[in-house]
Amino acid sequence: MNNMMSLVLRTTGYFLLPLLLIFSVFLLLRGHDEPGGGFIAGLVASAAVCLHLFFTDIAATRRLLHIDPRDLLGWGLTLATLSGIPAVFMGDPFFTSQWVEMTLPLLGETKVGTPLLFDIGVYAVVVGSVLAIVLSLAEAEE
Amino acid sequence: MLLAVLSGFLFACIAPVVHGARPLAKSYYGAGWVLAMLPAVLFLWFASHLRSVGLNGEVILNSWTWIPSLGISLSFRLDGLSLLFALLISGIGFFIIAYAGRYLEGHKDQARLYVLLLSFMASMLGLVLSDNLISLFVFWELTSITSYLLVGFSHEDKPSRLSARQGLFVTMGGGLALLAGFVMLGMAGGSYELSELLSQRELLHDHALYAPMLILIVIGAFSKSAQFPFHFWLPNAMAAPTPVSAYLHSATMVKAGVYLLARLNPGLGGTELWTMILGLVGAFTMFIGVFLAVRSTGIKKVLAYSTVMALGTLTMLIGIGTPTAITAAMAFLLAHSLYKGALFLVAGIIGHSTGSKDFMHTGGFRSAMPVTALFAGVAALSLGGIIPLFGFVAKELMLEAVLDAPLFSAVLSTLAVASAILGVTVAAIVGIRPWYGRLAETKVTPHEAPPAMLAGPVVLASLSLVLGLSAPLVQQWLLGSAITAVHGAPVEKNLSLWHGFNLPLLISAVSLVAGLLLFAVWRGFRRATRFTDLLAKVGPEQWYERAMVAITHVSAWQTRMLQTGYLRYYLMIVLGSMVALVLSQMWTYRDSINLLIDVSDLRFYEVVVAGVLGAAVLMAAITSSRLSAVAALGAIGFTVALLYLLFSAPDLSITQVLVETLTVILLVLVLFRLPGFIKLSPTHLRLRDAGLAVIVGATMTLLLLSVNGTQYFDSISSYFIAESAPSAYGRNIVNVILVDFRTLDTLGEIFVLALAATGVLAMIRFRAEDKDL
Repeated sequence: MNNMMSLVLRTTGYFLLPLLLIFSVFLLLRGHDEPGGGFIAGLVASAAVCLHLFFTDIAATRRLLHIDPRDLLGWGLTLATLSGIPAVFMGDPFFTSQWVEMTLPLLGETKVGTPLLFDIGVYAVVVGSVLAIVLSLAEAEE
Repeated sequence: MLLAVLSGFLFACIAPVVHGARPLAKSYYGAGWVLAMLPAVLFLWFASHLRSVGLNGEVILNSWTWIPSLGISLSFRLDGLSLLFALLISGIGFFIIAYAGRYLEGHKDQARLYVLLLSFMASMLGLVLSDNLISLFVFWELTSITSYLLVGFSHEDKPSRLSARQGLFVTMGGGLALLAGFVMLGMAGGSYELSELLSQRELLHDHALYAPMLILIVIGAFSKSAQFPFHFWLPNAMAAPTPVSAYLHSATMVKAGVYLLARLNPGLGGTELWTMILGLVGAFTMFIGVFLAVRSTGIKKVLAYSTVMALGTLTMLIGIGTPTAITAAMAFLLAHSLYKGALFLVAGIIGHSTGSKDFMHTGGFRSAMPVTALFAGVAALSLGGIIPLFGFVAKELMLEAVLDAPLFSAVLSTLAVASAILGVTVAAIVGIRPWYGRLAETKVTPHEAPPAMLAGPVVLASLSLVLGLSAPLVQQWLLGSAITAVHGAPVEKNLSLWHGFNLPLLISAVSLVAGLLLFAVWRGFRRATRFTDLLAKVGPEQWYERAMVAITHVSAWQTRMLQTGYLRYYLMIVLGSMVALVLSQMWTYRDSINLLIDVSDLRFYEVVVAGVLGAAVLMAAITSSRLSAVAALGAIGFTVALLYLLFSAPDLSITQVLVETLTVILLVLVLFRLPGFIKLSPTHLRLRDAGLAVIVGATMTLLLLSVNGTQYFDSISSYFIAESAPSAYGRNIVNVILVDFRTLDTLGEIFVLALAATGVLAMIRFRAEDKDL
C-alpha cells in the first residue's frame, strides 16, 4: 500500500475519518424515521475504515479497530438474536418490538426499543463482514 | 415446573465459574458437591409431590404459550410416570455430579463435564415432564446432542470421536423418524398435547395413519433405547467417562425410548401390531444383550450389554401391555436404574483405584476395598434377581407377565428364561469376579475410593435392598400412580416380596443354579460360543459402517457432478433454472397475465438515464480493457442508484451507492491478482453466453411488465404504510420492515452475510497458505 501514500490523502483522511464515523452513527440512529439504518450505516463505517487502510497500513488499521472484525460478526449476530428475547418476557411472540418512550434533557422526546438493538446488530455484522474480507485481502496482497 | 427444567441450564452456565473458584488455595475443593446441590434440591422438590401425585394420583399441569399459531406450547405434566423418572434423574444426578467431581479431579476439561452433565439433566427432565409432543421432541434431541458431546468427551481420542458420531447418527436418525411420527400423531389426534391425545384411543387406533405413525415412533424410541438392530451404539458409547455411562447410558437417557413407549401406551398401545413389534423386538434384544454381556470381558462392556438386556425387557413388557406386565415394567425400571447406576459407579471405582478396565485383570480386590466390594455385591444380587432385593420383585413379576402374555407367550417365555439364566451369570461376573480369588496384578495398588465416589454405589445399592423389603410401600407411594399413568386406568396388582411358591419362583431357582454353573465354566462358555463372533461380521454394526461409506460415496459423486468449480457453469445453472421456472409458470397462467406497457407519462430525464444505462451495459460487455470494464460496471451501478432515487427509494439508492463504492475498493485490492484480461473462450461459446444473457434479460422484462399489469392479491404495502408509524414507532417504512415487520427475514440475511464472509475468509486464507507452500 505504500505507493498509495500521499500527503493530501492522509491529511484529508484524518479529518474525514471521525466525520464519517459520526455520520455512520447518525445514520444508524435516525434510520427508523429517516433514510438510514444499520445496513447503510455499517457500509459507511466500513468505507471510512477502508479509507484509513488506504492512507496508513494494515497494522495501524487493526490497532484503530481494537476488535477483530471476525469477532464483530459474532457479537452482531448475538445482539440481533438477543433483541428478540425481551418480547418473550412481555408475553408477546419472539421478536415483537418493545419500545420505551422517555424525555431526555437536550434530546427531548426520545424512544428506545428493541429494533434499535437489532439494527446495531446488523451494523456490527455488516462492518464485521466487509472489514474481515477487506483486511484479509489486503494482508494476502502483501 | 418451568424453573425446575430451566435451572439445570442456568446452573450449567455458572458451572465453569463455580469450578474455577478456589477458596482454599490449591487443596481439594468440592466443586462437584456444590453443583450437586441443584439435583439434590430438585430431588427434594419432586419428592415433596410424592403425597399428592404419587399417593393420591393427582396430575399437575402447567402451560406456557410458545408458538400458538402452530399449536406448540411449553406445557409440563407431572403424573406418576413423570414423577418416577424425575426422581431417578435428579436423585442419580446428585450422586453422579458429586462422583464426577472426584473421578475427573484435576482434568483440564472438568468444567466442561459439569456443564454438559447439568445441561443433560435439564434436557432429560424437560423430556419426561413435557406434555407437548413438539417440546418433548426438542428436549429429546437435546439429550442426543449432550450425549454426543459427553461420549466424545475425550475428543483427542479417535475411537471416542467415532463412537460419539455413531451414537449421534443412530439416535438422530431415529429422531427424524420420531418427528415424522409425532406430526402424524398430531394430525390424527388434532392436537400436540399429550393429555388430549392419550384420551383418544379409539380414534387413533382406527386412523388410517395408525400403522405408519406407530412404526415411525417405534423406530425413534428403539434407536434411543438401543433395541435391536440399533443396539450396537450403546456399548460403543462406553468411550465416555464412567459417571457419564452410569448416568446417560444406563440410568436415564437410554430409558427415554422406554419412557416414550410407556407414555404413549394408553393412546397407541394394546393393538396386535404394538404387541408384536414391541414384544418380539424387546424379547430378542433382551436375549442378545445378555448373551453378548456374558461373551464380553471389559467391565463396562459387560454392564453396557446387560443394560441392553434391561431395555429389551422393558420394551417387551410394555409391548405385552397386560396389567401385570406394566407393573413389572415399572418395577423393573426402578430396580434397574438403582442397581445399574451403582454397578457403573463401582466399575469407575475399579478403574480409578486399580487401573483395571477388564474382568480378566481383576480379582481379590475385596480386602483392599471392602466397602466397594460389599455394595457391589448387593447391587449384583439385585441384578441377578435374588431375594430379598428389589430386583427379585421385578424379575418375578416379569416372569409372571411373560408366562401369562396373551400373544407369543411361548417365544417370549423361552427367551425370558434363557435371559434369566444368563442374567445370573452376569451378576456373578460382576459381583464375584473382581473381589474374590487370587489378587490380580494391577497398574495401581488397589485402594478404597474417596467418600464422594462411594456415596452413589452405597446409597443406590442400599436402596435396592430397602425398597425390596418394603415393596408394598413403594407401590403405594410411587409406582402405583406410574402404573396407572402407563396403563391408562388403575391396576389391581400388588407388589410384594413374597408371592408364595409358584412357577416364576421355580424358574428363578432353576436359573440361579444354572447361571452359577455357567459362571463356573465362564471361560469355556466363551470359547464354545466363539462362532457367534462370525455373526457380528454381518450384524447391524456392519450395516451402519456400510451405510456411512455409502453416504460418503454418494456425496463425493454428487459433488463431482454438480460442483465443477467454474463460476460460469454455476451461473448458467442458476440463471437457466430461474428462467425455466419463471417461464413455465407464466405459461401455465398465460390467460390471466396482462402486460402493462404504458409510456404516456414518460419523462425526458428517464429516457436519458435509461440510455446511459444501456450504453454502459454494452460498454461492459464488449470492452477489451479491464479498467474500462470496471468503470462501465461502476457506471451501471451509479445509474441504477439514480433510478432508485428518481422513483423515491432513497434507502435503496444510498445502499446502492455505498455498495458500488465498496466494490471499487475490493476491486482495487484484487485487481493485481487477476490473470491477464485476454479472450479465453472461442466465439461460439461467447455467442452461447450472449444468448443466455439475452434470454435472462427478456424473461426479467416480461416478468416485471406482467407483475405491473397483473394483481392476484391486494398489495401489502398499504398495510405497511398505515401501520408503520402507529404500531412500529417509525416513519421510514423500509427500515421498519427490515427491523420490525420482517425481523426474522433480516436475521436470516445477516446470518447468511456472516456465513458468506466466513467462507470468503477461508478461501483467502487457503490461497495464502497454498502460496506459502
